[in-house]
Amino acid sequence: MTESALGARASGRGFSIDLRALSPFIALGVLLVVGVLVNSDFLSPSNLLNVVTRSAFIAIIAVGATFVIAGGGLDLSVGSMAAFVAGVMILTLNALGTPDASTLALGLLTALALAAACGLANGLIVTFGRIEPFIVTLGTMGIFRALVIYLAAGGTITMRNLELREIYRPVYFGTLFGIPIPIIVFVAVASVAALILYKTAFGRHVVALGSNEDVARYSGVPIWRVRTLTYVIQGLCVGIAVLVYVPRLGSATPTTGLLWELQAITAVVIGGTALRGGIGRVWGTVVGAVILELVANIMVLSNFISEFLVGAVQGAIIIVAMLVQRSLHRGGG
Amino acid sequence: MAAVLRADHVSKSFGPIEVLSDVSLDMQAGEVHAVIGENGAGKSTLMRILSGHLPPTKGGLVLDGEPIVFSGPVQAEERGIVLVHQEILLAEDLTVAQNLFLGREVRRAGFVDDSAMRKRAEAALAELGSRIAPDTIVRRLSIADRQLVQIARALLVPHRVVVFDEPTAVLTPVEAESLFAVIRRLKEHGTAVLYISHRLTEVKAIADRVTVLRDGRLVATRDIEGLEPIEMARLMVGRDMSKLYPAKPATASDRVVLSVERASVGGFVEEASFTLRHGEILGFGGLIGAGRTELFEGLMGLRPFQGHVILDGRTVSFRDARDAMAAGVVYLSEDRKGKGLLLRQNLRTNLTLAALDRFVRGPFIDVAAEDAALDRGIRDFDIRARRRDLLAGQLSGGNQQKLLLAKMMLVEPRIVIIDEPTRGVDIGTKEQIYRFIAALAERGCSVVVISSEMQELIGLCHRVLVMRAGRIAGEVGRDDLTEDAIVFLATGVHEQEAAEIAAGHG
Repeated sequence: MTESALGARASGRGFSIDLRALSPFIALGVLLVVGVLVNSDFLSPSNLLNVVTRSAFIAIIAVGATFVIAGGGLDLSVGSMAAFVAGVMILTLNALGTPDASTLALGLLTALALAAACGLANGLIVTFGRIEPFIVTLGTMGIFRALVIYLAAGGTITMRNLELREIYRPVYFGTLFGIPIPIIVFVAVASVAALILYKTAFGRHVVALGSNEDVARYSGVPIWRVRTLTYVIQGLCVGIAVLVYVPRLGSATPTTGLLWELQAITAVVIGGTALRGGIGRVWGTVVGAVILELVANIMVLSNFISEFLVGAVQGAIIIVAMLVQRSLHRGGG
Repeated sequence: MAAVLRADHVSKSFGPIEVLSDVSLDMQAGEVHAVIGENGAGKSTLMRILSGHLPPTKGGLVLDGEPIVFSGPVQAEERGIVLVHQEILLAEDLTVAQNLFLGREVRRAGFVDDSAMRKRAEAALAELGSRIAPDTIVRRLSIADRQLVQIARALLVPHRVVVFDEPTAVLTPVEAESLFAVIRRLKEHGTAVLYISHRLTEVKAIADRVTVLRDGRLVATRDIEGLEPIEMARLMVGRDMSKLYPAKPATASDRVVLSVERASVGGFVEEASFTLRHGEILGFGGLIGAGRTELFEGLMGLRPFQGHVILDGRTVSFRDARDAMAAGVVYLSEDRKGKGLLLRQNLRTNLTLAALDRFVRGPFIDVAAEDAALDRGIRDFDIRARRRDLLAGQLSGGNQQKLLLAKMMLVEPRIVIIDEPTRGVDIGTKEQIYRFIAALAERGCSVVVISSEMQELIGLCHRVLVMRAGRIAGEVGRDDLTEDAIVFLATGVHEQEAAEIAAGHG
């Protein structure tokens, strides 16, 4: 009677390759080949490092979005939040004034705390207000954007202290063992995120919540806490991205972070995370963010398509990624 | 009398697996032909072949003496073969009339003709002996009424063969009676009815002939005359089923472990009070919608709840299921797919979800310990999965229920509340689940069984409380446990009267 039950152990492993998990890596490989065909300089280390460095902001934000989306939520406010946090951080640094490391540290902490608070606000409104995350974050997206425009009085918020700028500069332009610091930050963020999502009870709870909220609730998962925390993690990731972003230009403007939410969600979806929740892939998201930047890079290096159409191509990619996901879902069952 | 529709040596394979082999059966006009079998016996495959949803691999269908190949369900429907699905497939926000005519709206001058559809809907429902108003939003209807609407929708097309797929799975006895009245009416009109069911007593009541399937093969086709449910069960399972229920454990003591006083759940339950004793199996009977599920969901903190709950002499109030589980109380939902298991996740994730804290070492989950727990769960609960990495949604209903049991037992509860423990579960698994529940009580657990199957309550429980319209209508003690006693409390009328009321003679 138990024969079939016990026999289940032996088979199983091995021949079931998860195409969905592999597809972003395959796409990355294809893009690399295309890049080489388009321009022989493409494969140079400096170009590739540049591409990955440029993808760091979106990648870090998208890692946070992986938690929100895997948990069945959505955060449209990340781009505006980044601009708002960047603006407040620069204003704080300007107000503190003194050009030393402790000032900088205080500014950075302010940015992280504010970003986490913004995420907490999103999370609390979604969770306790029981409002669709799409609507909530659409609202906060408008609020954060307006706040940065207000703070900048319609213009630009710039770091005024040039010495402080010099101290801060290496966070974007510096390298460690030859690797640009943004890349190190982004790999570190992704590694920690992967550990949290795949190895901890919280990560398991996120996936359960995204898979079926009722089942999670009936199983004793503290869904309110879990859901709120996904938005806090998203906020923290936005904060970290801002830390790396600000030294690049040293300023925040009303257009900072515009459409980053689209890019972040695209990276997540290309990476194989299900938009309806229940499946989260941190490394897929990382690859997705790199793919977006690679596409832009190839377009700049090639002569077929105007680089002004980058947004259109990236928009098309998210649609294609969804179609591919759906066909894999049908085929794979 | 000639057969209207006949399956001629039909086989069906999916890949290398043959799920139906060499099955022949015929349907006569004005006859109810029941097909019974355990889950996985091939009933639904046969039904889907007959209704054009699947082509057979070998053999074929014969309609009115002519071989026929259906290209799909639409063509089968055109030839008068309609299928009434087990799941309710209605647009909940539309009205009854809109649902009946969904996709085949009556038009006048290019616009939908609502008044004509309303009239025809009313007539179609009256034909089934129902007085549901055609303007009612489907969401407001009871499950039974929704099913009637679904049947009315299926019967709107000219039909000669009607296939019912486990139609009473969600119905209470009274509601089932009115469905049987519908089926008898179809039969009088000369329609051939194919009736697929788990419930053998109702097969006995409604069918003229019975075909038994086991493991994809036809075991027997018999006239209902002289064929008793116990014999049907034996044919289905291939062994003696007289001991479906284990002996009731003698462990029930007088020590009260849980006492609930004046519990109310807004709109569903009013002033319900009861006690649960150590080692006792306490049944909760009543019609669907009587508030049984809501009472216990409220108790678990899953719904807003008012009332006084005393657990082991101490007043408690559970804020959510996590709270209740920490106190040793678990609830297994009747809605396995919607509230019990994560269908898109694997067995391991499902198994440990409720007791995940026990598998955390330091900051991380100990996957090896989870795997070991899955091995034990598969062994102890006889969960049959082809592979360990299957998703929970790929298991059969019976194995899903066993997985859900295994999951909740990891919490090491002292009070186990099981809502409809054997819904959608085959007979062999039922027996296992009953034995498991009895063993739980023997170990000193207290078990609450909420069930719409009266035989189950009678065979399994020490006492049965019956709810009606949100209140506890009464208690049936161990020595008085009969279907009639339960039906009387559940409906306020005796079973015989209920049948008569449902049939419209009351």
